[in-house]
Amino acid sequence: MPSLKSLKVRITSVKSTQKITKAMKMVAAAKLRRAQQAAEAGRPYAERLSTVMSSLASKVTIGPSSPKLLAGTGSDQRHLLVVATSERGLAGAFNSNIVKLARKTADELIAQGKDVKFYLIGKKGRAVIARLYPGKIVHQVDQSHIKNVAFADAHQVSEDLIRRFDAGEFDIAHLFFAKFQSALAQIPTELQIIPVPLAVNAAPATGGAEASVEYEPDEEAILTELLPRNVAVQLFRAMLENAASEQGSRMTAMDNATRNAGDMINRLTIQYNRTRQAAITTELVEIISGAEAL
Amino acid sequence: MANLHFELVTPEKLLLSEEVHMVVVPGTEGEFGVLAGHAPFMSVIRSGELRVYSGPNTVSARIQVEGGFAEVNEKGLTVLAEAATEIQA
Repeated sequence: MPSLKSLKVRITSVKSTQKITKAMKMVAAAKLRRAQQAAEAGRPYAERLSTVMSSLASKVTIGPSSPKLLAGTGSDQRHLLVVATSERGLAGAFNSNIVKLARKTADELIAQGKDVKFYLIGKKGRAVIARLYPGKIVHQVDQSHIKNVAFADAHQVSEDLIRRFDAGEFDIAHLFFAKFQSALAQIPTELQIIPVPLAVNAAPATGGAEASVEYEPDEEAILTELLPRNVAVQLFRAMLENAASEQGSRMTAMDNATRNAGDMINRLTIQYNRTRQAAITTELVEIISGAEAL
Repeated sequence: MANLHFELVTPEKLLLSEEVHMVVVPGTEGEFGVLAGHAPFMSVIRSGELRVYSGPNTVSARIQVEGGFAEVNEKGLTVLAEAATEIQA
C-alpha cells in the first residue's frame, strides 16, 4: 500500500504530464490546420501539372533518344528508397508506419537480389534503418530548421536526387511518405518518382480539342523541361502531406495521452481517498479502544 | 469583348484567378500576348515579367515569374510558375 504522500506526489506528476500533452495537442491542432491549408493550396498546381504531363506523354514515343528521367536507365538493379519522416517524435505511430512500409519494400527488393540504398528526409527514420541496413544510407536531408515547407526546399532535394541519378548512382527511386486522409487516418504510401511513371492509358480527357494544341518549343523539349519539375512537385506534395499527417498523428496521440492521464488521475484519486479513509478509521478505532480500556 | 480567364498557380498556392483583358507572358522563345479566344497553345516560360492588362491600355499588375509553363485552352490561360512575386509599381 503506497503512502498517502507518495500517492499525492504521483497525482501531481500525472497532472503536469496531462497539462503538457494537452498543450501539445492544441499546438498540433493549430499546426494541422495550417499544414492542411498548405497541402490544399498546393493541389491545383500538382493536378494541372499531371494533366499536362500525361497529355504530353501520350504524344511522345519512348525511344532511346528520350530523356532518361522518363525512359529509365534500362536497368532496374539499383533502387533508391527516399523515406520522408518527421524531425520530431511523439507523433504516435506516424514515423514507424512509414519506416515499416519502406522496410517491407526494401526486404522484397533485397530478396529479388536488387541493391537497395536509402535517402532520408527527416531524422526520425534514421535509427531503425541504420540498424537494420547498416551502411545503406547515402544521404540524410536535415529539415529541423524548416518551419513551413517551401517549394524551394523540395526543389533542392529533387535537384540533388536528379544529380545523383544523372551520375548513375541508382536506376529507380521510390518515395515513401504518409498520405493525409484525416486527423485520424494517415496512409503510408509508396510512389515511384524516378523514372517518372506515366499513365500510358491516360484517358483522352480533352478529346479532339487536344489535337490542335500548338507547342512552343516542341513537345519533346517541353517534356524534358517538365520532368525535373515533376519530380520536385511530387516531392513537395509528399512533404506537405507528410507535414499534415505528422500534425494529425501527433494530435491524435496527444489526445489519447491526455485521456489516459485523466483516467490515471481518477484512479489514483480514488486510491488516495480510500487510503486516507482507511487511515482515519484505524485512528478512530485506536482512540475508541484506548478509551474503553480505561 | 469577352474577357480572358487567367489563372496563375505556384506550387504553394493558387495566386490569381480572375477575368482580364490580356496577359503578356515571357515565353522561352519570346514574349506572347494572350487574348480571349486564343488557340490552344502551350509554352515553357522563362524568368521574367508577366503583365496583366485589365483593359486595352491599362496594365493592372506586373508579376515577376520564375520558370514554369503556360497553357492556353478553351477555358482560358493557366500559368504554372515556380515562383511569382508582384512588382509594385
